[in-house]
Amino acid sequence: MAMIPLVRLAHARSGDKGDTANVGVIAYDAAHYDLLVEALTPEAVKAHFGELVKGEVERFPLPNLHAINFLLHGALDGGGTQSLMNDAQGKVFSTALLRMEIAVPDEIAAQLPERGWAPDGWSAESYTGGGA
Amino acid sequence: MADRDTRLRSAPLRIASGQGFWGDDLEAPVRQVRGGPIDYLVMDYLAEVTMSIMQKQRARDPNAGYARDFVPLMERIFPDIVEKGIRIVTNAGGVNPEGCAQALLGAGRAAGVAGKARVGRVEGDDILERLPKLISEGHALANMETGAPLSDIVDKVQSANVYIGAAPIVEALDKGADVIVTGRSTDTALTYGPMIHEFGWSLDDHDRIAAGVVAGHINECGAQSSGGNCLIDWWTMPDMTEVGFPIVEAHPDGSFVVTKHGGTGGRVNRATVTEQIVYEMGDPTDYITPDVVADFTTIHLDEQGGDRVRVHGVKGGPRTDFLKVSIAYSDGWKATGNLTYSWPDAAQKARAAGVLLRERLDRLGLEFDAVRTELVGWDSTHGHLAGEPPADLPEVQLRIGVRGKNRAHVERFTREIAPLVLTGPPSVTGFAGGRPRVQEIMAYWPALIRREAVEPFLSVSVTDV
Repeated sequence: MAMIPLVRLAHARSGDKGDTANVGVIAYDAAHYDLLVEALTPEAVKAHFGELVKGEVERFPLPNLHAINFLLHGALDGGGTQSLMNDAQGKVFSTALLRMEIAVPDEIAAQLPERGWAPDGWSAESYTGGGA
Repeated sequence: MADRDTRLRSAPLRIASGQGFWGDDLEAPVRQVRGGPIDYLVMDYLAEVTMSIMQKQRARDPNAGYARDFVPLMERIFPDIVEKGIRIVTNAGGVNPEGCAQALLGAGRAAGVAGKARVGRVEGDDILERLPKLISEGHALANMETGAPLSDIVDKVQSANVYIGAAPIVEALDKGADVIVTGRSTDTALTYGPMIHEFGWSLDDHDRIAAGVVAGHINECGAQSSGGNCLIDWWTMPDMTEVGFPIVEAHPDGSFVVTKHGGTGGRVNRATVTEQIVYEMGDPTDYITPDVVADFTTIHLDEQGGDRVRVHGVKGGPRTDFLKVSIAYSDGWKATGNLTYSWPDAAQKARAAGVLLRERLDRLGLEFDAVRTELVGWDSTHGHLAGEPPADLPEVQLRIGVRGKNRAHVERFTREIAPLVLTGPPSVTGFAGGRPRVQEIMAYWPALIRREAVEPFLSVSVTDV
């Protein structure tokens, strides 16, 4: 087994509901969905976040979308306008979860493309249709 | 009903999203109307905090309390929608749908569409003034998270609005309204209301209504389903200058295609749509709306290429006996200040300044419910997962905030930031913005109320421009 950061296997989006942040993790490749379900147990995700999540972590699988939804309770310092956090609405908890290292069989790890970062030589101008 | 049945449609219905929140791209609705064929334009302006902001505006000015941006927008696009027969459904009415409708009628006359369009409004979701009576009648309006009864904080309530379903929107469409402004209509109802009206769906047809809810969820955050804020391979997103907002092409059987106008930027594929589907999701098997409970684990997505994703197979179950109430109440004060520290030891200096400031606040005898220190540029988004900052970090911004019940204490905090420049760690800058502003905290109180306490109070009226 190899330890691989989740960002190489999945993308994600997060949002808020009161003091709870949600993170929806989506496998890039449907073939890796079961691997994510196995690795991303509520306990493992709770341990990854540590002090950032005061309450429980709930998990809801969506095999139809090869996605898993996590509810991180007590993650937003009260949430809404109460919170003193820069990320008071949990918008980037998604990327915090994608830092998590998970165990992946060696043969799968060897075949994973490099993914998650803009490639070398990429130009910000391309974001408006310009550049190379 | 008989009247409706004669004009039920079988052709796909194109429902375009024009706004994802109050403050979204002002040009997006114009692009949706002029960039290709659509039948409806739907715009979501409301979030949990928005209602309390609007309530304060209305307290100062009885004609205010709605999404003001909507009126000049309508003045621009009224002639387009009249010419093309496009109808608009929006919750821009906020806490004052009548005030919004009056301004809209003025905009219509200014735009030269007098006698050519009808404006509808939906009222009755605002229960602020009825709260004491409702409580005395035994509606506890208990906080869904803590179980505490609303009577504990009722004196501090600033706004109270019930999330209402599609029925009044359908009624306004049946009455011929071209533009419908509502208060706290649930976001998704703006999209599935037109489907019910056009296809003649019964509110008991749970699967079709649930499909409409999924379509509404995909539409409700604007470009967030068509490339905006999409993480997947984000650097490959085509020309985002004029990003195409989503358009739902709905079919009478409940299936629909998510797409966008040709020639616009952004992207609609399985990944961009899935990111929006999981946004702000709770238990996906139990997505509760006023009209149906949708099961998001039944959604099937087929990527068709060419910025088209077909959505089908959605299942739903019967609605509950309750409606959700969004209550905002005043719960103290807060302020947040920033200072920037530079290399060497940028993070270490910022942390020392934070510790120093906390000690000074203590010695001044100031009391707060919370004091929070973050380093923007190092740990303000990922906390301890970012690890320990290196000594050669080029720069970092100290962000320190307090909240408490005593406004004077929070006010004094705002005067303790600037002194750090001459009385604290060195190589500090970035204080030119002046003292931080004291903000009132509007806490959120989610509650449920029985339908029969609200539905008889909902009203729909339609007026010619």
